[in-house]
Amino acid sequence: MSDPIKPDGDSDHWLVRPATIRRLWIVSGVVLAVTVLLDLVVEHHPHFGIDGTFGFGAWFGFAACVAMVLFAKLVGMVLKRPDTYYDN
Amino acid sequence: MTTSLTLLPPALVLILGALFLPLLRGGIRSAALLLLPLVTLWLVWSLPDGATLRMSFLGYELLPLKVDKLSRLFALVFAIMAFAGALFALRQPRTVELVAAFAYAGSAIGAVMAGDLISLFVFWEIMAIGSTLVILSAGGGARRAAFRYAIMHFIGGVLLMAGIAGEIQATGSVAFSAMDASTPARGLMLAGFLINAGAPPLSAWLSDAYPESSWSGMVFLSAFTTKTAVYTLIRGFPGTEILIPVGLFMVFYGIIYAILENDMRRILAYSIVNQVGFMVTGVGIGTEMALNGAAAHAFTHIIYKALLLMSAGSVLLMTGKRKCTDLGGLFRTMPLTCVSGIIGALAISSFPLTSGFVSKSMIAQGAADQHLMLVWLALAAASAGVFLHAGIKFPWFVFFQKDSGLRPVEPPVNMRAAMVLLAAFCIGIGVAPGPLYALLPYAVDYVPYTAAHVVFQLQLLLFSGLAFFLLLDLLKRTLTITLDSDWLWRRPGAKLLRAFDQVSVSGWDALVRASMGGAGWLARTLRSTHGPEGLLGGPWPTGTMALWATVMLGAYLILSYV
Repeated sequence: MSDPIKPDGDSDHWLVRPATIRRLWIVSGVVLAVTVLLDLVVEHHPHFGIDGTFGFGAWFGFAACVAMVLFAKLVGMVLKRPDTYYDN
Repeated sequence: MTTSLTLLPPALVLILGALFLPLLRGGIRSAALLLLPLVTLWLVWSLPDGATLRMSFLGYELLPLKVDKLSRLFALVFAIMAFAGALFALRQPRTVELVAAFAYAGSAIGAVMAGDLISLFVFWEIMAIGSTLVILSAGGGARRAAFRYAIMHFIGGVLLMAGIAGEIQATGSVAFSAMDASTPARGLMLAGFLINAGAPPLSAWLSDAYPESSWSGMVFLSAFTTKTAVYTLIRGFPGTEILIPVGLFMVFYGIIYAILENDMRRILAYSIVNQVGFMVTGVGIGTEMALNGAAAHAFTHIIYKALLLMSAGSVLLMTGKRKCTDLGGLFRTMPLTCVSGIIGALAISSFPLTSGFVSKSMIAQGAADQHLMLVWLALAAASAGVFLHAGIKFPWFVFFQKDSGLRPVEPPVNMRAAMVLLAAFCIGIGVAPGPLYALLPYAVDYVPYTAAHVVFQLQLLLFSGLAFFLLLDLLKRTLTITLDSDWLWRRPGAKLLRAFDQVSVSGWDALVRASMGGAGWLARTLRSTHGPEGLLGGPWPTGTMALWATVMLGAYLILSYV
């Protein structure tokens, strides 16, 4: 924090320094854990059953995102073109 | 006195006022740009419920100005958007864009206040023209995109007009009210509405054309066309079940294409389709809860999407760049633009304490109330996906990611003011949803802020964020586009058109040659007999005349002696 000069002599914003980014990961990890643990104290009113499982929002949201990114990757394999495709 | 003044159609203030803009300069132009939407807003606010204007046209009684809670809600947010957009675009040198944008905004207000199908159609078409001109005015590559955009919207207009004509013929009434899609005519109307909503299979018009508009143009474009379509669906086809799968398709289509996209404003364009998909799903569910949710989500979406596009437009104006691969690290020198973008991104992701949280969750609640488990799960997955494709992706790649070396300054003060205004709306509605709920078409029996709901939403979003950063390698941007349905009309369609052109041109040529041949023979024959050289045509030489006269006189003489 006290030294804004990086080893290569280039001063950079505190937000992008490796130490800050490491701290951000740690804080994020704690926040993620807390939001899941809140399920222990908050009373849910599940409509279907599956939404009453422990940490439902967490695991379902994570799994859904992984699935969507992988599916997008597959779509990309077939449909991606250079962005000059329509130029010529 | 005031009563008659407040009965002025709000749409006309913007549409007619726009025509005077080219005559104005400097401070007066700025004042007009800000005052016209404010006057419109006041008129919308003070109009009483019911039909306040009646006209007769071809034997039908038209109600071009009919107000209820639903139309007032949409007209209000359109007027707010016209004001915020004008504030943002105050220094846009291309006056034609602003004239078109005001006519476009005005006709959108006209469309949502139209009490009959004919008035609706008239405003619908003015919108198509106005929005095309907004795109066209950007010049350059936007011209071709504007042309494609216009064709798609005129196709939609033709479907709508055919449907309206069939409906009037069948029912004898021009009234625009809730109906089922049971007749071909109503199916055509539904198709016309859905094209404007950005529904498949023609949804590519949106991501093709909008990102080609100017830095301010897309702010206007994002607000009116798709949301007017949502309004017509809420009014005309509530509870139409086909809208549930159509809406869910739009939701996931938007996410997948936005994940693959490199152009920051095209990411936001796909995300419009995604968000309208939530609303279309809500209309398909069709309960009061879901319809309230669709209407509320249209209101909040217009504001946070405009905020996101103002943030992106500011970056585009100050850097001239639009690809994620060229951008990054701009938070250093554009902090206000960055924070505005983040607030818009949080709102679109339905983060607690933002406007998206209090609106979108009503649609999911509508699905839960109807025990539609798959729909509810799909909406939950999609909510996580929104954070992934827009909520984190847009701010991350534009303002953080890597240091692009770009050090643009913040945009001019009016643009910053517009962003602050809309950011305040996003947070204000999220913190205190009461006033928005009071404007919704049905009485609201819903409490968004329960501990269970807040915890669920935080889990969903934060773990979506975790997935984003863990999968960052898979999300790296490349210099690519992803083929969409517009490929059909830009490649094989264009080829087909050229082939048709060739066939028709050569066919025409052959026809011309053949007819020229026939006509030529006739002409030649006539020419040989009646032409200047012909026996029967042309002036006869005097000598010949005299000779023949002599011959005839001689013959006469001889005959008289016989």
